[in-house]
Amino acid sequence: MHKKLIIIGGGPAGLSAACAAVDRGLSASDILVLERDSEPGGILNQCIHAGFGLHRFGEELSGPEYAGRYIKMARERNIEILTYSMVLSLTDDRCVTFVSPALGYTKASADAVILAMGCRERTRGALNIPGSRPAGIYTAGCAQRYVNIEGFMPGHRVVILGSGDIGLIMARRMTLEGAKVLAVCEIMPYSGGLARNIAQCLDDFDIPLMLSHTVTRIHGKERVQGVTIAQVDENNGRRPIPETEQYIECDTLLLSVGLIPENELTRGANIALDRMTSGAAVNQYRETSAEGIYAAGNVLHVHDLVDYVSEEAEIAGYAAADRILGKSKESKKTVDIHTGFGVRYTVPERIDLSRDSEPLKIFFRSDNVYKKVQLIAETESGKILAKRTKTAVAPGEMESLEIKSDDILDLIGTDDKFIRVYIKEFGGDAK
Amino acid sequence: MIYDVLIIGAGCTGVMTARLLAEKNCTVAVVEAKADVAMGATCANSAIVHAGYDAKPGTLKAKLNVRGNVLMKQLCRQLGVEIKEIGSHVVGFNSEDRKTLEGLLDKGIQNGVEGLRIIEQDELRAMEPNISPEAECSLWAPTTAITCPYGITIAAAENAVTNGVHFYFNFTVTGASHAGNIHYISNGDETVAARYVVNCAGVNSAVIASILGENDFPLSIIPRRGEYIVLDKVCGNMANSTLFVCPSGRGKGILVSPTVDGNLIIGPNAYPIEDGDDTSTTPEGLEEITAGAKKIMPSVDTRMAITSFSGVRPTPNIYDFFIEESKQIPGIINAVGVESPGFAASPATAEYIVGLLEEAGLVLTDREDYIPTRRPDGNHIQFNRMTDEERVEACKKNSSYGKIVCRCETVTEGDLIDAIEAPIPAVTIDMLKKRTRAGMGRCQGGFCSPRVAVLIAEHTKKSLAEITKFGGNSWLVSKRTED
Amino acid sequence: MTTKELTCVVCPAGCRLKVTLDGGKVVGVEGNTCARGKTYAESEITHPVRTLTSTVTIITKSGKKLLPVRTDKPIPRESLLEAMKIIRSVSANAPIKTGEIIVKDFIEAGTNLISCKDETV
Repeated sequence: MHKKLIIIGGGPAGLSAACAAVDRGLSASDILVLERDSEPGGILNQCIHAGFGLHRFGEELSGPEYAGRYIKMARERNIEILTYSMVLSLTDDRCVTFVSPALGYTKASADAVILAMGCRERTRGALNIPGSRPAGIYTAGCAQRYVNIEGFMPGHRVVILGSGDIGLIMARRMTLEGAKVLAVCEIMPYSGGLARNIAQCLDDFDIPLMLSHTVTRIHGKERVQGVTIAQVDENNGRRPIPETEQYIECDTLLLSVGLIPENELTRGANIALDRMTSGAAVNQYRETSAEGIYAAGNVLHVHDLVDYVSEEAEIAGYAAADRILGKSKESKKTVDIHTGFGVRYTVPERIDLSRDSEPLKIFFRSDNVYKKVQLIAETESGKILAKRTKTAVAPGEMESLEIKSDDILDLIGTDDKFIRVYIKEFGGDAK
Repeated sequence: MIYDVLIIGAGCTGVMTARLLAEKNCTVAVVEAKADVAMGATCANSAIVHAGYDAKPGTLKAKLNVRGNVLMKQLCRQLGVEIKEIGSHVVGFNSEDRKTLEGLLDKGIQNGVEGLRIIEQDELRAMEPNISPEAECSLWAPTTAITCPYGITIAAAENAVTNGVHFYFNFTVTGASHAGNIHYISNGDETVAARYVVNCAGVNSAVIASILGENDFPLSIIPRRGEYIVLDKVCGNMANSTLFVCPSGRGKGILVSPTVDGNLIIGPNAYPIEDGDDTSTTPEGLEEITAGAKKIMPSVDTRMAITSFSGVRPTPNIYDFFIEESKQIPGIINAVGVESPGFAASPATAEYIVGLLEEAGLVLTDREDYIPTRRPDGNHIQFNRMTDEERVEACKKNSSYGKIVCRCETVTEGDLIDAIEAPIPAVTIDMLKKRTRAGMGRCQGGFCSPRVAVLIAEHTKKSLAEITKFGGNSWLVSKRTED
Repeated sequence: MTTKELTCVVCPAGCRLKVTLDGGKVVGVEGNTCARGKTYAESEITHPVRTLTSTVTIITKSGKKLLPVRTDKPIPRESLLEAMKIIRSVSANAPIKTGEIIVKDFIEAGTNLISCKDETV
């Protein structure tokens, strides 16, 4: 089988990329979206809470509604979405092996591939939490599926480890469904979740958020009977302080301890990864180190808002269509983007400079909470490309800086090999 | 019905014995306290088919280990279970270690282990590029193999059921009586009768011996727990063979090894514990094995861990395996203290037990209708082990093989249904996990476990609230509150 | 005079606000670092509202499943649990479209409980 464009994943990133490719002039019949689940929409189908779409649609939608909008857009464009289709391998020359009940075991080649596989949750194993291994330990997303899709309760007395957004959302959801959420423990001195979720998922229901706390032991042979939690020592590698240990009787432990881009296929195709994002390293078109293979959404880096996923996937969709239609821009020079003070990572990681460059956005996350800051992008030789002032930044929220096309053109003529993105504090106390 | 032989305990030793007896004309039952086979030490160990250089020459342990190593490879081939003969190094770091290695080499030669030799640093590094630069030499044992201990035990159990063996699960032996040459084994509610009884109860074997009527049974079991960490498959090729650190007093010491499924396993430590059922892990223990593994291979990175677990070994208060017919109650065979290398030895231990049964009077004749495979129609191979052509065919024949449920380990709905409908139906999350590897991968079931649970519920016509992780009180979910 | 504490959700700064009340009226806001924080505190203290999302049972040709639903306007925060009680007693029938009303005048007149998904069969 040959298709001009194969998109791996039919979630918000894959659907947005597919629509963008059609809007750029690619025929829908040249596109195949491979979705592993029973329906398109990805994880949004189980994220029934509201808060999606403020940037994209100017209204506050639930996850299924946001997904529904893109499913409708894809249908209107006659884009083929093959469900129950799992890609088993990918090569750097764009050969895709997938399996589905409808088509069986299939090998397909493509002129362009967009990776949109999303991310997965970190597990207990990755944290190595000691103790027994009973039933009742779930990742927050797994519990979310049980409650919102299957209609069952994963437990009644719940402790949540990690204050990622899904954990916070599940604290509220479980409470509304009649469970008692006893505590949310966060090993860091700040939460990784959005401030709004802390207020509306925890504070609204008097659920304590215990910062600088972790679970040190799980108890119970068959079903969880309790957990031991302890404060961690900020000055000693966040090791638990034994004197602060306390036992909480519960039947469920939910883990919301981070998301990891699902890059097994990417790795299998020998595509270069960014150690900080755990996703592919890309240029501004979201093209990876393998020619014609693009990546967008949570497989590239974990986003805070789905609106940004759609935006990013459009960039990849346009670029893939341009490549197929022979309209790719010729690169004159490549500059890397380096992270300076306060910046954990950037996407893209490099920029291909061309004569007809469009303005581009550099997305990034801070490595800590900083108050009263300037966000700065400057060239190697010190020319400021973009600057923004903010009252605060936090690792839980994505920031961006836009670079104008004139500045990109100017860069072609210089010896600068990189751009630096950093955070500058200008007063007040930074934590 | 009065069985010819009743086996207590469905660990590797009990199951291998049942399977071997099933090749002959005799009726066999296995009673097991837990909900599945391989729930004790068989399910949580290093997964190594040891070569046999470690045990004291002349002991039963030495003899059965060396023979078991050969038989295990044959049985894995017969039942379509993967086994890889990757060899092992016992790694020495100084002249004292070298002496220990020479001692092991000498023991190995006496035990009849083939291919053993001491290897020097250059060759060791060529074979194991990631080994510690401080490693000086090693004892190379080419016959050491890796397999999945519960995988082969489940396969053997299915082969046994296919040939007429009865399994009684959730059957905790609480009493026994004897009338003439018939033994009545009871769990309080139910009684199973047999002419011969084999006690393969692992960590509980000494207790079971007393229940069976042994007065002043001389052996006791000190449960000894060992902790392990399993690393992601991206680490699976860091070691080419099993790497043991030179042994100390306790056990064989910490090892670093690839697993047959492509992960890297590190561990174990060894500490006596009170409760033989306590398979929890400890922060100190996990740190200890991490440090031990780093001694052999400094680049081991436990941030790549996907899970940790511990197993409990039935360590006896004597050195050797104790496998004898009871002197007090004829017809009862006790297999007590069968600790490491009990798994490697198990096919040979089964042979030895069957020999003892024959000496005790059991008459065994060959049967003509014996089926050598797991199922009457052969050994069912899973999708993730099929060739491209086989995958194409499997999907054509049954479209559920085209539906991936566990994406980390590429387990299809077809594989899962096959396991649910197997001779020993897999009806818990863990039973399916052990048979198909669904949930064994890097996401540890985060994605597939609700789907697996739903599949079990559908096929067993139960509510999701009735499905458990591993039986008992290990419930997964409960009904939603209805006002 | 009473004081209440809350977290401002207007921006990632997440300022801890201290609101002073006199008989239900806001007389002072402290801890905010911008004007938007004050506005937020005033409305959040006097009349906190939330969009409620949940699921209801939907009867389809292939059996019962769950349909995601939400209120089409925010409802008073104090009525969330009461709203959940009503939701548990409600069911829907396929086919249904996104935005279709499941319960009219839900909790408050003019507010509806609506479907968040298309369910065709």
